[in-house]
Amino acid sequence: MRRQRHVDVLVVGAGPAGLAAATRLAASGAGAVEVLERDARAGGVPRHCHHGGFGRWGVTGPQYAESLVEAALGAGAAVRTGVSATGWAGALSLDTTGPHGLERITARAVVLATGARERPRTARLVPGTRPAGVFTTGELQQAVHVYRQEIGTRAVVVGAEPVSYAALSALRHAGVEVAALVTEEARAQVSPVRAAAARFGVARVPLVTGAVVAELLGRGRLSGVRLRRRDGRERVLACDTVVFTGDFVPDHELARRGGVLLDPGTRGPAVDGSFRTASPGIFAVGNGVHAVEPARVAAEEGVRVAGPVRDRLAGAGWPSGAVPLVVESPLRWVAPNRVAPGAPVGAEVAEGPGGPGGRFVLRTAEAVFCPLLVVTQDGRCLHRQRVMRRVLPNQGLYLSGSWAGDADAGGGPVRVAVG
Amino acid sequence: MSVTAKGPLPSEPYDVTVVGAGVVGSAIARELAGHHRLRIALVEASGDVGDGTSKANTAILHTGFDAVPGSLEARLVREGSRLLGAYAAESGIPVEPVGALLVAWDEEQLAALPGLLKKAERNGYDEAHIIGADEVRAREPHLGEGALGALSVPGESIICPWTTTLAYATQAVRGGVDLHLNCAVEKVGASSPDGSACHALTTPRGVVRTRYLINAAGLHADALDRRLLGRGEFTVTPRRGQLIVFDKLARDLVSHILLPVPTALGKGVLVAPTVYGNVLLGPTAEELDDKRATGTTEDGLAGLRAKGRRILPALLDEEVTAVYAGLRAATEHDDYQIHACPEERCITVGGIRSTGLTASMAIAEYVVGLLAEAAGPDLDLTVPGSLDPVSMPNLGEAYPRPYQRADLIATDPAYGSIVCHCERVTRGEIRDALISTVPPGSLDGLRRRTRARGGRCQGFYCGAAVRELFDGWGESGAGR
Ligand SMILES: Cc1cc2nc3c(=O)[nH]c(=O)nc-3n(C[C@H](O)[C@H](O)[C@H](O)COP(=O)(O)OP(=O)(O)OC[C@H]3O[C@@H](n4cnc5c(N)ncnc54)[C@H](O)[C@@H]3O)c2cc1C
Ligand SMILES: Cc1cc2nc3c(=O)[nH]c(=O)nc-3n(C[C@H](O)[C@H](O)[C@H](O)COP(=O)(O)OP(=O)(O)OC[C@H]3O[C@@H](n4cnc5c(N)ncnc54)[C@H](O)[C@@H]3O)c2cc1C
Repeated sequence: MRRQRHVDVLVVGAGPAGLAAATRLAASGAGAVEVLERDARAGGVPRHCHHGGFGRWGVTGPQYAESLVEAALGAGAAVRTGVSATGWAGALSLDTTGPHGLERITARAVVLATGARERPRTARLVPGTRPAGVFTTGELQQAVHVYRQEIGTRAVVVGAEPVSYAALSALRHAGVEVAALVTEEARAQVSPVRAAAARFGVARVPLVTGAVVAELLGRGRLSGVRLRRRDGRERVLACDTVVFTGDFVPDHELARRGGVLLDPGTRGPAVDGSFRTASPGIFAVGNGVHAVEPARVAAEEGVRVAGPVRDRLAGAGWPSGAVPLVVESPLRWVAPNRVAPGAPVGAEVAEGPGGPGGRFVLRTAEAVFCPLLVVTQDGRCLHRQRVMRRVLPNQGLYLSGSWAGDADAGGGPVRVAVG
Repeated sequence: MSVTAKGPLPSEPYDVTVVGAGVVGSAIARELAGHHRLRIALVEASGDVGDGTSKANTAILHTGFDAVPGSLEARLVREGSRLLGAYAAESGIPVEPVGALLVAWDEEQLAALPGLLKKAERNGYDEAHIIGADEVRAREPHLGEGALGALSVPGESIICPWTTTLAYATQAVRGGVDLHLNCAVEKVGASSPDGSACHALTTPRGVVRTRYLINAAGLHADALDRRLLGRGEFTVTPRRGQLIVFDKLARDLVSHILLPVPTALGKGVLVAPTVYGNVLLGPTAEELDDKRATGTTEDGLAGLRAKGRRILPALLDEEVTAVYAGLRAATEHDDYQIHACPEERCITVGGIRSTGLTASMAIAEYVVGLLAEAAGPDLDLTVPGSLDPVSMPNLGEAYPRPYQRADLIATDPAYGSIVCHCERVTRGEIRDALISTVPPGSLDGLRRRTRARGGRCQGFYCGAAVRELFDGWGESGAGR
């Protein structure tokens, strides 16, 4: 019934992270490298991000995706689209479904690169009716750019972070008037220049800060949203479309169904600096590990996982224990988030030209001004690093991985705090 | 046999018209189609069947163990449970016999269990039994602290409410019933085209003439009665139930339907698995006066979360897939309000409160019995007819779905092409639904037939693709 096959490396997800990993692995002679992509086309999220800002200046998402696919194919990786990994049949065996039937693919190493999604209205527990006209950015971008569908006439965008401005541009492209951007935060989560530039288009888009969408209104089709400001005042904003942007969460279903240990902060698989999960032979990279970073960062992780995967294929052992890396408030999460003996956390140096080297990605729950990041273990200070800018929630915050070799693999949890 | 959603209505009078294509009205239409060679119409205000209360409940196939002994509801729930259980097995409606535990969290609730056991026995259900704290914990290891015992009701099951209504409607239509959608009955008058007395039902699409009328208008049954008879025997006061659906990854946290011990305030909040592999938390019980108030509220959802945390603490860490609310057709009476009015040639099927899904087939049998009595020789309801069996697409996790079936994919690759990834719905299933006997009237209708767009991402990945299929097939395929 199920065709059985074997490969050396099976990569799940042909987004920037998975494709970059496959390219690097295939090019370096890791054997049979296969990428599974459930979508009809490879490339991941950038395929429907029709704005610039991917890789080199002016490169659009689809162009970027296409170049990644070409690179993977050129390097000799097999990229199979329309094939979903639906579950596990063994420690390193995945069951798949595709138009050509069912398969069970067993690999010597598995790389999970399943990406992230935005939390929809329901998961955010926004009350009200259940009308049509409610989107996430992902759905909106596909509707506008891939399928060229009618969206609506007047929209409210929930969020004011980079992806919210991407939603704004998709709406404009579709000829939808944008009534407002609404954010709970005190300001936009992007640079003032970007925020201002994006809001001056055909018509100026107001930014409503310190407010939440308290209710969706309308039957059949959305007729408006009820906004509530921090002081309790409410008002109804008429619109037939609302886009919930940001609030990303890793798509961890496959990892979790496979018993892969997750990190409570990121909600993605817990990984060490070599992107090894707690399950031998299973690696995880990209937004599936930490929700959303720019595509370039996800692709870099794909590049950086290649070395550890090759080591694994060559018979390197798998760390049996690991020290968790945890954050203290106002920090929300950190990735990688395990310190494994023998593997300096985050200290792998990027192999590609211009790579930034090993580092940790963090998120803060509140805006912090020029934070001093302090890394300690059992009271011992391992590293101090000042970040010379204002860091907003939902913005990337990076910590160097240079200190990781000094951590005691037999010690207590390593903590990152704002000093 | 036909399904219409727009355009003029047939001018020839029907023998019987059922108003309201919820689970109850559809069951009645099916029952009529099955038994008799009559001209039957099923008339629905919405653009789809099962779009009212029937789409938004807790999806439990009750045993009726806790009904009011001796009531019509108790009887019809008991019979309906058996009938629907058998029908589900035959037509492929997903049912999982998971059983229920009524968990006692304090001494008072514990003391109430023997009384509930007795009540179950008086309702003709004798498989219930009381279990101790240790066994409760053994059966439900993720339960919150402090459960003192439980009444175990092994016969309670979970069922797919959407497929149930759809199966009835499909079978009715295939059995010759005309289903007219987007046909809200606004006025009821009299007409006698060829001398025989008819009701004239005015709808936005024109007038439906019918000799007999069955009012199964759910929340609006009281209003329709007033329009029809100039009076009514009951008033519907909607009682809202809000619910939270948790992600499939939460499914392992719970094995049974976890019911609270009922109090004076009502049945209370339950935690239950769904046949789609999710976990439900709810419902609330709020008396309202607006029959359209199917929205959720901040307080409602917060209250549910607080209760859920007590019952199954780990549930609250899981992602939420959906939130929704349904309105029970509560009345001032403690029982179903099913009345025949022979001189007016009509039957009212109202006040089908919170058990209508379970009781639907028994209600249908009962109502057709009343109709036979009321009509006498005027309607030949004596000769049983026969209906071709239906085989419904499987939406349940407990049975193989198309994406898991090599045999099916080998015959048609569209069943191997997953469109909605969270729910693993294939292109083949979406196509089948769009060209089916009772095609969906909206994307939500498509969701209820396939689960497409109903998963944790709510369309982030597949929303646009599903809409593309819907629009494409909607024009050419459904042809209406
Ligand atoms: C709406 C939006 C706008 C963005 N805008 C920008 C921007 O302007 N600039 C920028 O630099 N970055 C942007 N990003 C971020 C960027 O797109 C991501 O960082 C990048 O795509 C992450 O790559 P990835 O490979 O980790 O995940 P993804 O690109 O999400 O790829 C994951 C892939 O895995 C596949 N997959 C998942 N599960 C399975 C399975 N079980 N079987 C088979 N396949 C599977 C998915 O279909 C998907 O194609 C945006 C992201 C979003 C969501
Ligand atoms: C929160 C909740 C939980 C529940 N849980 C369960 C459960 O676990 N098990 C169970 O067995 N039952 C349960 N129920 C009860 C069950 O859902 C209902 O009893 C059942 O759906 C009622 O079906 P109906 O056909 O009478 O009503 P509806 O589904 O509301 O159908 C009535 C139809 O009539 C149409 N209509 C109304 N007026 C007109 C008009 N003038 N012209 C044309 N059409 C009209 C409406 O559009 C509607 O489609 C629950 C209910 C709720 C609200």
